Amino acid sequence: MSPIRVALLILKKDFAIEVKSLEIVSTTLFFAVSCLIVFSFAFVKEGAPVQDAAAGILWIAIAFSGTLALGRIFERERYGETLRALLLAPAPRPAIYLGKLFGMVLLMLSTEVVLVPMVALLFQAPLFSRPLLLIVLLLAGTVGFASVGTLFAAMLVRARTREIMLPILLYPVTIPVMIAGVQGTSALLQNTPDEAMATMWISIVTAFDTVFLTFCLWMFEPLMTE
Amino acid sequence: MQNFFLPVFGVTALMFAVAPFVIANAPYESTMLLVQKIFYFHVPAWFVMFTAIFISGVYDAIYLFKGDRRADRIAAAAAELAVIFGLMGLVTGPLWGRKAWGVWWQWDARLTMALLLEVIFIGYLLVRKYGGPGSEKLSAAMAVFGMLNVPFVYISVNIWRTVHPRTSVVPTLGPGMFGAFWFSVCAFMLLFVLLMALRVRFEHQRAKLDDLYLAEET
Amino acid sequence: MIGPMVRVLSAATLPRMSRVSKMLRRGARLLVTVLLTSAPLLAMQPPTGAATDGFVPIDQLPPQEQLPAAPLLITAYAVVWVLLMAYLWSIAKRLRKVESEVETLERRSAGAARR
Repeated sequence: MSPIRVALLILKKDFAIEVKSLEIVSTTLFFAVSCLIVFSFAFVKEGAPVQDAAAGILWIAIAFSGTLALGRIFERERYGETLRALLLAPAPRPAIYLGKLFGMVLLMLSTEVVLVPMVALLFQAPLFSRPLLLIVLLLAGTVGFASVGTLFAAMLVRARTREIMLPILLYPVTIPVMIAGVQGTSALLQNTPDEAMATMWISIVTAFDTVFLTFCLWMFEPLMTE
Repeated sequence: MQNFFLPVFGVTALMFAVAPFVIANAPYESTMLLVQKIFYFHVPAWFVMFTAIFISGVYDAIYLFKGDRRADRIAAAAAELAVIFGLMGLVTGPLWGRKAWGVWWQWDARLTMALLLEVIFIGYLLVRKYGGPGSEKLSAAMAVFGMLNVPFVYISVNIWRTVHPRTSVVPTLGPGMFGAFWFSVCAFMLLFVLLMALRVRFEHQRAKLDDLYLAEET
Repeated sequence: MIGPMVRVLSAATLPRMSRVSKMLRRGARLLVTVLLTSAPLLAMQPPTGAATDGFVPIDQLPPQEQLPAAPLLITAYAVVWVLLMAYLWSIAKRLRKVESEVETLERRSAGAARR
């Protein structure tokens, strides 16, 4: 079986389980929305949002809810003791990682579909002035965040302190994604959207994605063997 | 180890004893005057930190792919030293900036990158200490990613305005400063070698202790 | 270091006055302590005006407004030394502990083998 087919099969399996309960999707989404509400207290003064806060709020909400979701996607495998079975399956290990990554990216994107309009509405941000660039930036940033995150989450499945270790590991390493995401989004939010700047940040995130995804695929095998 | 440790220790101690005089004799910088002398131990500390990060990243990659535990011990030692020397750089930097820029901290390219690398390697030490069984591999991944992160952080923060003296300062140093600076760098590098030797020895002894306990249990 | 200084200073400022109650003397001593300990802190406060709002090139500042460089330099130097010494001390302590433990265990296992 080709790795991509294995990955898609894992995605299908996770999707089938998730559709029945919608546990992870609903909790992640609710958490992201609560994040936005908390930020609104910090960054709205006298009824008007602080200038340039929208980009930061959007990306922090994405990162926080993403971390929460990362903690959950391997939780089911842990409860069902199925991770070992998954790893024992006659499939290349990187394919398993890829399948989980697909799931994670889809989950984060579905959260963003709700988050972006909410930020645009609540913080009066013209997020849809260049929709294509924003979508590409969000996609690239999500892949970058999820690629490192999925690897760390997989490694932390057996660790006792995983709830605290995941953010400790993940946030410093994914800082370039956050910088590029926030800077690129705020370039798009200006009165005259700075397309050149946004494109440059997109290319930086894409380079990050390429390097880190390659390394994650490469490191998954030695990291998951005991 | 014993046969090289003592001579290196002697030379390093001597260099550190002479260093204040060498630094005091170096000429003053025209605009920053006295405070610029922080340079002579601020920059060497960063040199050592980057060397340590590089060693840590490379040895942890070797550990991950070859499974050699000795490589992991060297990487762990280097990571701890990276944090220590990074701390030196992070403390001396703001003291210099307070005078030269008027503020303790700027969100400037080099400062941001330095802070971030420091945070990554503190995270490394935390994971190693509190991660429980299997934390060596986790922290190893952290070190590799930390090393990979250097160019990305550098590029992304370099687009912001930079107030920090450029790296081109170092090769264009005047004659009096040149000698004093490289003297300090050599002293710091020798210090790093010494501390690495001590730290790696500690890791080896600890591994030996674990083996002994295991042997006793069985 | 501050303790003896306070004692000397408070002895100087409060000569033997039998009428002065103990409480007053204690209050004065506290005041002197606070003043002595806060003086370096106050000295570290950023100067008001031009230097804090950003980024003024140093050659535009009039000389009397400049910060003295020596304390900054000395602090930086001291921090490097203190960090270094603290690290050396910690590593020496850890190393000694582990080595003594290794020795004990080796002796014990050697003894067990002989028996």
